[in-house]
Amino acid sequence: MSKISLIIEREYITRVKKKTFIIMTILGPILIAALWIVPIYVTTLSQGKKTVEILDETGLFFDQFQSDEHFRFVPIFTDLETAKKGLIASGDDALVYIPRTELNVPVTAILYSTSQTGIDIKTVVKENLRKQVEALKLKAKNIDPEVLTSIKTSIIINSIKIGKDGSEVKSSEEISIALGLLSGIIIYMLIFMFSSQVMRGVIEEKANRIVEVIVTSVKPFQLMMGKIIGVGLVGITQFVLWIVFTGVIIFGFQITHPAIQQNVSQIENFSSTSIVSSGQSVDLNEDMVLESNIITQALEGIRAINIPLLLFAFILFFLGGYLLYSAMFAAIAAAVDNEADTQQFVLPITIPLLITIILSGFIINNPQSQLAVWLSIIPFTSPVSMMMRIPFGVPVWQLILSILLLVATFIIATWIAGKIYHTGILLYGKKITWADLIKWISMKL
Amino acid sequence: MDLIRTEEVTKRYGNYVALDNINISVPKGSIFGLLGPNGAGKTTLIRIINQIIAPDKGKVFFNGQVLQPNHTDKIGYLPEERGLYKKMKASEQAIYLARLKGVSQHEAVSRLKYWFRKFEILSWWDRKVEELSKGMQQKIQFIVTILHQPELLIFDEPFSGFDPINVDLIKNEILKLRDEGASIIFSTHSMESVEQLCDNIALIHQSKVVLSGAVNEIKSRFSQNLFEVESYKADLSTITPNLPQGIHYQKTEPNSSLYKHYFKLDASLAPNDLLASLLPYMQITGFRELLPSMHDIFVSTIQNGSLPANPS
Repeated sequence: MSKISLIIEREYITRVKKKTFIIMTILGPILIAALWIVPIYVTTLSQGKKTVEILDETGLFFDQFQSDEHFRFVPIFTDLETAKKGLIASGDDALVYIPRTELNVPVTAILYSTSQTGIDIKTVVKENLRKQVEALKLKAKNIDPEVLTSIKTSIIINSIKIGKDGSEVKSSEEISIALGLLSGIIIYMLIFMFSSQVMRGVIEEKANRIVEVIVTSVKPFQLMMGKIIGVGLVGITQFVLWIVFTGVIIFGFQITHPAIQQNVSQIENFSSTSIVSSGQSVDLNEDMVLESNIITQALEGIRAINIPLLLFAFILFFLGGYLLYSAMFAAIAAAVDNEADTQQFVLPITIPLLITIILSGFIINNPQSQLAVWLSIIPFTSPVSMMMRIPFGVPVWQLILSILLLVATFIIATWIAGKIYHTGILLYGKKITWADLIKWISMKL
Repeated sequence: MDLIRTEEVTKRYGNYVALDNINISVPKGSIFGLLGPNGAGKTTLIRIINQIIAPDKGKVFFNGQVLQPNHTDKIGYLPEERGLYKKMKASEQAIYLARLKGVSQHEAVSRLKYWFRKFEILSWWDRKVEELSKGMQQKIQFIVTILHQPELLIFDEPFSGFDPINVDLIKNEILKLRDEGASIIFSTHSMESVEQLCDNIALIHQSKVVLSGAVNEIKSRFSQNLFEVESYKADLSTITPNLPQGIHYQKTEPNSSLYKHYFKLDASLAPNDLLASLLPYMQITGFRELLPSMHDIFVSTIQNGSLPANPS
């Protein structure tokens, strides 16, 4: 077994066996899956019918509260104190009290409940009150509600991306923005996390002097590369495990809860048809259509994004960015004696990445602008900014150019880092400056 | 046959000359003392032999061959500043380092078991290094240094951090390794252990070899022609005026029931001349030449800045 693979093996095994790695590997997918599952699950939970008592002193609203599959509305005709006691006794979900007021039209109501009321009850009550009040106001002003309905217009914009071959795909800006930001920030965090691990590893080896023994067996460059590759493989392992576990959790959830999945596709179907016949159906159940329209758009938006490409590019740009930054971090770690001294060097080197994060809002909103394109091609900023742009579609030549430049840069950076590493790793007790680092690059070893 | 020979090895860092035309020879199966004050260039030379850095000029021969990458597996190095991975088990760590030196996993395990048994530390096998005391870690590190059975061992202050019992243990192991044919470069500031262990030495000062050779030979080279005569006679005042030219009486020190008298001879005289001139006057119970200690040789060589004028 070659010596560098022994080093890679040690770096990999010791890290993968660590508790933090195992916890991260398990927690990551649970969090991601939870983001997906919980909202769906919550909607199914609230499907139980709720009973709401209506105590309407004005008598204007009884008709408005029509029981449906979600709510059962029970009018009651007592005074408030009795009604409150009745609520406790009956165990119903809530009591809506609409007091008589001096004004023609009441605008306040009180919602009593024995436990925390769901947002849904509040929304329904509010909506019903609003509609009735509006109707009353219209009547007072002599406006025919029919006229108003005919004026009301709901604008739906479906954005469709036309491919070079003329194929049309429904796209969703919102989803692209969310995915772009998410993958940009995740790649930024991962690059930092694993490069810092390399840095800490190098400092550890230098501080406890084991490096003095190891460099008698392997070249310092091999030691550095072994560490970088080992830690990089840990990163890839973690990422792949995240994807697999997340997939397993979501898939498993769909298997065990087929009803929920059905529910989602029902909404999808329903809203698709309602979009087609939009004009007529808008006033039928306007809010519901709008709401489910967002879900459909989201689903279609995700479909419009090339997820395999996104994942593949993610791994590629993570590797490239990680190799570039970890080499620089390793060089810095070798030059200093302890972690505190790394700051003066780490900050300037990471400024490009920080700038990309600061400019993320701009990149996301103008993914095809010159600045965004350049940021995604320049190697030091490209991993993060390219990941932000990919969901919006990036020309292949830009992807290839960006990756080639990244590869070339990390080769050069690794070579330079190797020089600094070699000199620094065996030098103790000296405060290192940038001038020293530059001198070491040109020094014969 | 020399296991290590350096030929005009020179290393510069910018304007600073770290090593200046270093020529040393380490005979096979011997212990070679690499001496010198801090910052003299010993570590640089050791690093060149270990191929961590390359000389700007000059050559290093290992077993007659110009130093090659595969020679690193035949060298074991115990640096002065040492440490291990704190979170790794003692055995895992030693096996890992041995494998880096080209020993197979299986071979490393069986050899390590031998040494752990020999040093009676088998109970440390699964202990993490951070759980071991400093002295224990030093022992592990010593084992790591020799586990791949190197032909050349480089020990930099190997006894630091050991209690006297373990110093003897390690000392005996070093001598045993030499007897089994290993060549040893031994860097230390303890001149006492140089006298006990070293066959040859080189003294490096300000990047140059200022003194080198066999320990006995160097000592006699630094001979001051000082002699110690032991006798029951306390007072030599009646004798000294009668001594021939070139014999200088220095002083007398009581030593339990005996007395030690010190004489310095001129270079033209031999020890027997002193004995012959004293014999008529007194019973002599002991006689020996006072050779300078390595400590004195080290100090006087360094303080004079160059080779001291040989007093003889």
